[in-house]
Amino acid sequence: MRAALLETHGLEAFYGDFQALFGIDVAIAPGETIAIIGANGAGKSTFLRAVCGVLAAEPGRIRHRGSAIGGMPPDRIVARGIAMVPEGRRLFSSLSVEENLRIGADVGRQGPWSLERLYRLFPVLAERRRAAPTSLSGGQQQMAAIGRALMTNPELLLCDEVSLGLAPVVIRDLYAALPAIRAEGTAIVVVEQDINQALQVADRVYCFMEGRVTLSGTPKELSREQIRAAYFGM
Amino acid sequence: MTAAIDTVLQGALLGGLYALFAAGLSLIFGIMRLVNIAHGDLIVLAAYIALVVVQATGIGPIESLAVVVPVMFAIGYVLQRGLLNLTLDRGILPPLLVTFGLSIIIQNVLLEGFSADSRKLQAGAFETASLRLGADLAVGWFPLLIFVTAVAVIAGLQALLYRTRLGRAFRAVSDDPEAARFYGVDNRHLFALAMALALAVVSIAAVFLAVRTNFDPAVGPARLLFAFEAVIIGGLGSLWGTLAGGIILGVAQSVGARIDPAWQLLAGHVAFLLVLVMRPRGLFPRAVD
Repeated sequence: MRAALLETHGLEAFYGDFQALFGIDVAIAPGETIAIIGANGAGKSTFLRAVCGVLAAEPGRIRHRGSAIGGMPPDRIVARGIAMVPEGRRLFSSLSVEENLRIGADVGRQGPWSLERLYRLFPVLAERRRAAPTSLSGGQQQMAAIGRALMTNPELLLCDEVSLGLAPVVIRDLYAALPAIRAEGTAIVVVEQDINQALQVADRVYCFMEGRVTLSGTPKELSREQIRAAYFGM
Repeated sequence: MTAAIDTVLQGALLGGLYALFAAGLSLIFGIMRLVNIAHGDLIVLAAYIALVVVQATGIGPIESLAVVVPVMFAIGYVLQRGLLNLTLDRGILPPLLVTFGLSIIIQNVLLEGFSADSRKLQAGAFETASLRLGADLAVGWFPLLIFVTAVAVIAGLQALLYRTRLGRAFRAVSDDPEAARFYGVDNRHLFALAMALALAVVSIAAVFLAVRTNFDPAVGPARLLFAFEAVIIGGLGSLWGTLAGGIILGVAQSVGARIDPAWQLLAGHVAFLLVLVMRPRGLFPRAVD
């Protein structure tokens, strides 16, 4: 594996007294697509929240291009090129679709993504650019949420449950955008409950269970039985 | 007939002052859901700062704004960053208690420093000059200036919120503070800027108040009440609504005073209660939450 873009060593995370992550080791190379799978409560979202700075972490446990970034505030992490597509989309409801995208651009990182480029990737957003996000369909909202993160021109895109609550045909459309994003050299982490979807798009897969990594490897290496065991613990 | 027009007109102009009291409160509540109980006392504090500047330098009250606005802007930034930010995200009670305490502290510090004597700023002949509109109808230049300033300030804040990058960040943080942080918005700095901006507007309101009427360290809470009423009548989160709320309050007080001088404040409160009963969300509610 090439030098890591992002790596975690023994990452632990807590919600108050409750420990949610028990020493997670994950490494992501530049341009690589990683899938994190696992059941509800496995710590997948917690992992992303720690990486993007919302949850406290020991500095040295998360390294971006070698420098310790654990516990750094989210606004500085996004400025380093790590962008989050949060679970539940969380678009800004009093901003228009285009203003939501501009919020991403306001981070001020240079890169391939601009409004024009994004509207070519998701043409429907160009049609609805002046609309309120709440008037969009679920799939369109998810496109806007992904677009908002892309507008920060990230080198690592963290996608938390982008397919949650969407129809299969809509999910297929969303994942169809992935190759164009990868083509820009962006590394991607997708957190998914849908194992098949995850195995299709990922270079490597990590399976989480109860705050620990129970399995990792390329989709080819892993058998169904191994994944089932790692996913459900049986 | 002329008397009726006169009453409404004077009331509407008075409403401009109330809108200026309320604009900062509206901005703060809109952006960070913070109810600032010390708002009225901060108005009075700004008036005393203007008094000190005027007495020390001999410049006019309006000119003193060149000093008072930056000073209040700085106080607002430090107050939010150093104190009020710590009270957010812990439920609705801590900000209320802390700003309530702040209100008492400001009142007593002013009492200690300036005594309970009534003060007033003098703007010379301009204070009483008027523009004749008809045989029995005239408006004062000074109330007119207050009203025009109120409209300009609210238009300015509106443009800032809806046309600039800073305004976009303000609205995003108001919608979802945590999600805004994912996109580089530094909440603590942004909230501090919002308070600084609110207190800059407060300075303008304060100087107008101090020229228009007497003030002493204890008049803050009544200004807070007018500001609250204007914000609620207009609808939470709407700046133009706040202007409308100020005007309605001003007209109601003016009409009440015309019937019987003792009814001035009562009429304002009654108008406020009527709006609250008939339109609990105010006349122009913006937010759906």
